[in-house]
Amino acid sequence: MSAFMPIDIDIVHVARLARIDLHPDELESYRAQLGVILEHAAKVQAYDTSGVEPISHPLGFTNAFREDEPAPSLPRDEVLSAAPEARDGYFVAPPTMETE
Amino acid sequence: MTWEPVIGIEVHVELLTSSKMFCGCRVSFGDPPNTNVCPTCLGLPGSLPVPNRRAIEWLVKIGLALNCRINEWSVFHRKNYFYADLPKNYQISQYDHPVCVDGWLDVSGPDGAFRVGIERAHMEEDTGKSIHLGEGGRIHSATQTLLDFNRAGVPLVEIVSKPDIGTPPRARAFAQELREVILTLGVSDARLEEGSMRFDANVSLRRPGGPLGTKVEVKNMNSFRSLERALGYEIDRQRKLLEAGREVVQETRHWDEEAGVTQGMRTKEVSSDYRYFPDPDLVPIVVDTAWRERIAAELPELPAQRRARYLDQGVDPQTASVLSASEPDLRNLYDQAVEAGADPRTTALWVTGEITAALRRDEQLRLPAGGELAELLTLIEQGTVSASAAKEVLAGMLAGEGGAREVAERRNLIQISDSDALSEVVDTVLAENPDAVERYRAGEGKVLGFLVGQVMRATGGRADPRLVNRLLAERLG
Amino acid sequence: MSTPTIAEANRLFEEGLLDPVELLSEVLHRASLTEAELHAYLTIDHEGARRRAEAAAERLARGERRGPLDGIPIALKDNLCTKGVETTCASQILAGWVPPYDATAVARLQEAGAVLVGKTNLDEFAMGSSTENSAYGPTRNPWDTERVPGGSSGGSAAAVAVGSAVAALGSDTGGSIRQPAALCGVVGFKPTYGLVSRYGLVAFASSLDQIGPITRTVADAGMLFEVIAGHDPLDATSYPGQVPRWDAELDAGVGGVRIGLVRELSGDGIDPEVAEVCRRVLDLLSDQGAQVVEVSLPTVEVALSAYYLVAPAECSANLARFDGIRYGLRVPGDTVSETMGRTRAEGFGPEVTRRILLGTYALSAGYYDAFYLQAQRVRALVVQDFAEAYQKADVLVSPTSPTTAFPLGAKVADPLAMYMSDVCTIPSNLAGHPAISLPVGLDSAGLPIGLQIMAPALGETLLFRVAAEVERVAGFDARPRLAEGMP
Ligand SMILES: [Mg+2]
Ligand SMILES: [Zn+2]
Repeated sequence: MSAFMPIDIDIVHVARLARIDLHPDELESYRAQLGVILEHAAKVQAYDTSGVEPISHPLGFTNAFREDEPAPSLPRDEVLSAAPEARDGYFVAPPTMETE
Repeated sequence: MTWEPVIGIEVHVELLTSSKMFCGCRVSFGDPPNTNVCPTCLGLPGSLPVPNRRAIEWLVKIGLALNCRINEWSVFHRKNYFYADLPKNYQISQYDHPVCVDGWLDVSGPDGAFRVGIERAHMEEDTGKSIHLGEGGRIHSATQTLLDFNRAGVPLVEIVSKPDIGTPPRARAFAQELREVILTLGVSDARLEEGSMRFDANVSLRRPGGPLGTKVEVKNMNSFRSLERALGYEIDRQRKLLEAGREVVQETRHWDEEAGVTQGMRTKEVSSDYRYFPDPDLVPIVVDTAWRERIAAELPELPAQRRARYLDQGVDPQTASVLSASEPDLRNLYDQAVEAGADPRTTALWVTGEITAALRRDEQLRLPAGGELAELLTLIEQGTVSASAAKEVLAGMLAGEGGAREVAERRNLIQISDSDALSEVVDTVLAENPDAVERYRAGEGKVLGFLVGQVMRATGGRADPRLVNRLLAERLG
Repeated sequence: MSTPTIAEANRLFEEGLLDPVELLSEVLHRASLTEAELHAYLTIDHEGARRRAEAAAERLARGERRGPLDGIPIALKDNLCTKGVETTCASQILAGWVPPYDATAVARLQEAGAVLVGKTNLDEFAMGSSTENSAYGPTRNPWDTERVPGGSSGGSAAAVAVGSAVAALGSDTGGSIRQPAALCGVVGFKPTYGLVSRYGLVAFASSLDQIGPITRTVADAGMLFEVIAGHDPLDATSYPGQVPRWDAELDAGVGGVRIGLVRELSGDGIDPEVAEVCRRVLDLLSDQGAQVVEVSLPTVEVALSAYYLVAPAECSANLARFDGIRYGLRVPGDTVSETMGRTRAEGFGPEVTRRILLGTYALSAGYYDAFYLQAQRVRALVVQDFAEAYQKADVLVSPTSPTTAFPLGAKVADPLAMYMSDVCTIPSNLAGHPAISLPVGLDSAGLPIGLQIMAPALGETLLFRVAAEVERVAGFDARPRLAEGMP
């Protein structure tokens, strides 16, 4: 693994991907903090892991399924009562202006 | 110089399981909004997904039917993007380890048979539904979004073809064939209008033998016809751009059925970055040989095998295709009638012709049993009822009036094939039309038709026309 | 009277000297005396708790107790879903959210007759090591209210330390049960990953999160563990096999047990007083027949880096659902997208935002292989490291935290320094192994020191056996000032 150092963090792009609308000065401060943390995190890149398979789960079991049997759903009133806005059985959101 | 289209199709099929992909909510269409939802499919904090075993089995079934290799080991990934009808703002999907890879489907198109490669088929979850309120209900001018999550989490199989489809009619034929396969497997109702089967297409143009061009994704085609039209339009649009020396922009375009054009979306250009990573809430799926073979053993006869069998049985290719694409009830009727001894070719013609037409006129009609249809065909063959009277007999059968002979008798449709009885009528007709007889004898051959018609009329159409012809010829001879 | 342990309460119940209603009153009284200073709780469910205590008292009177937790007042970290009781994860974005369902662990406690007192404070979405990242204000350390209780389960640890709960549940992603337990002088246990269902635990990092008990004694932790552990069909990562018995060898002592001191966690970077106390405990174990050896976990330092990629990556996706559409806070904008962006900007605190951004970056195109995938490879190496160490030792020990409780505000401005607090605890999360922290002494400032014992996956039986002996030989019986009534 090459010793890649993340010098440029496109923080505007990252914040956009994470859907967090931050002010420019906040963005700059996060960019700086991420830089410090990532420099430390870059240790993982320098580490020799040749021939090692990445793991994502501690106990390596497989095939956890449920049978195709219906179970009760939630009462709609309860579901919608938590919503910031709801009407006629629907959740209501502002208009969708774009598709990504 | 010419441009060659390169088309790939992406298909999403909603599985008709009893419960959703990762929770126990019902898969049920047309229910009041937000009535089939729970913590998991609403993405409530703390909820977790547990995969539906049957959905995985059905995916394997689809993969096997599409001649795919079934990966022994596969994993679910999270596909991250923000959208109001995606409850967790990530979709559980599959990425670099899908269940099914590397298959193919043979299709018989308008210009002959061809094979389409299948890149992969994988499991994912459907999103909820957005209703865009506002002028025209169109996304661009919407003033509010109403959200219904009943569909969220419905098992969705994504099938991706290789980009080796050359023309819009072939794309259509492929889509139709694929739908037939899905219907035959019985894993989805595959309704295009209702979106339980959805086709997206990737189109690009290139010089024959040259490198691939920039591809455009075309969405929103909800019939086979619009798939073909949209591709035709898009190929044309790209060709014009290229011929004018301009560039094709990589984008997603929506098919506008009314206007007959594809339209780019006014998107803030953010290159999609889905940040796929293995879903840590789920463990790998292992489809071992035993499991795969058990599923393979349950595979029904597939459309291609079915068509080959029809051909073997003597059905003509055109009728075989139509029959193969018919509803299962009609195909079963064919099989049962043939089993009861009916001639396959005639049976196929009746099933795809008269019977299909009758059903189209009236969905409530009750299909005859195979034996009953065989009986009707025997009556025709033996000359007991005429071909035209047989249609009436069939109508009676479909209306539940009884078996073929019973209806024919009750409706008085049995053909008169008794030559003594007919001779009398023939003699009367000849006696009543002396000038016609004279003209015939003078060499005006077409008058014979008139005389046959007179006999038919006199018998209320029940006379066996072959016999009438013979009797007339004898007397005029 | 001061708040009893679970074992003591059971004895008092049986002897007729106490009933669940009285016990609840005592616990709530303790809360009323300490909360203003401590802020261990975000919500106290007075009514629900009273109802449950009364029902438990009736069962006690009829001789129909359901088990050792029946009638025991237990606090829940506020990232565990409780049907009908507000669950906020100490975040503005979930202010006022009332779950329509119970977490499996919560449901199992209820089933066992436990009296759920309320919801305890935490670092927002369990991200932090000091409980200062709560949107509702920090919890303070009961031993010194100018110091942090540790985190992220700081509220649970503080409540148990002062007796405003007899026991509590926390969640541990990188040490969030063990580190606050150490800093508050109580026992904290993180079970093997998958033994306790995560259903209803608001996820921080799904492959690392594990629910566990915070109690005053090792036996109390075992009793809680026994009730909440076991396969759950609602959690696909829940272990399908048998749960190891915590008390199968509890009194077997440590004779012949090989105890490995982790070299990398006993020297540099560890407060000398902390290291010294831990070594003294090892000497005592040695006196009891244990064979103390030194082992090496060379990946300890890089494990921390790997953790700070894997956990934020998972969190960035887990927290994507908080978007102002279906529940929680909404800060309206002109479009859906704007609404989501504003809601998330206002609803998340700085540490959560930082980690979401970090994780988003680590997963984004071009960096995935270098960061996330490489971190998962390092994780595989950590597992290998442990496997080698367990060739030489049956259990491993280290300090739980490099230091005792630090002053409020000391590390808030320096995320990296804060992250270092978890250096001893993170390896067990990456490997999915069980680990327990128990108090073994006080430093010169009178602050508790925790010793961590680690065992291989599903090694709970041995872990509890050694922990019980450590508890006995260390003889830790100090209580914080706030536990003994008002000054
Ligand atoms: Mg898809
Ligand atoms: Zn559901």
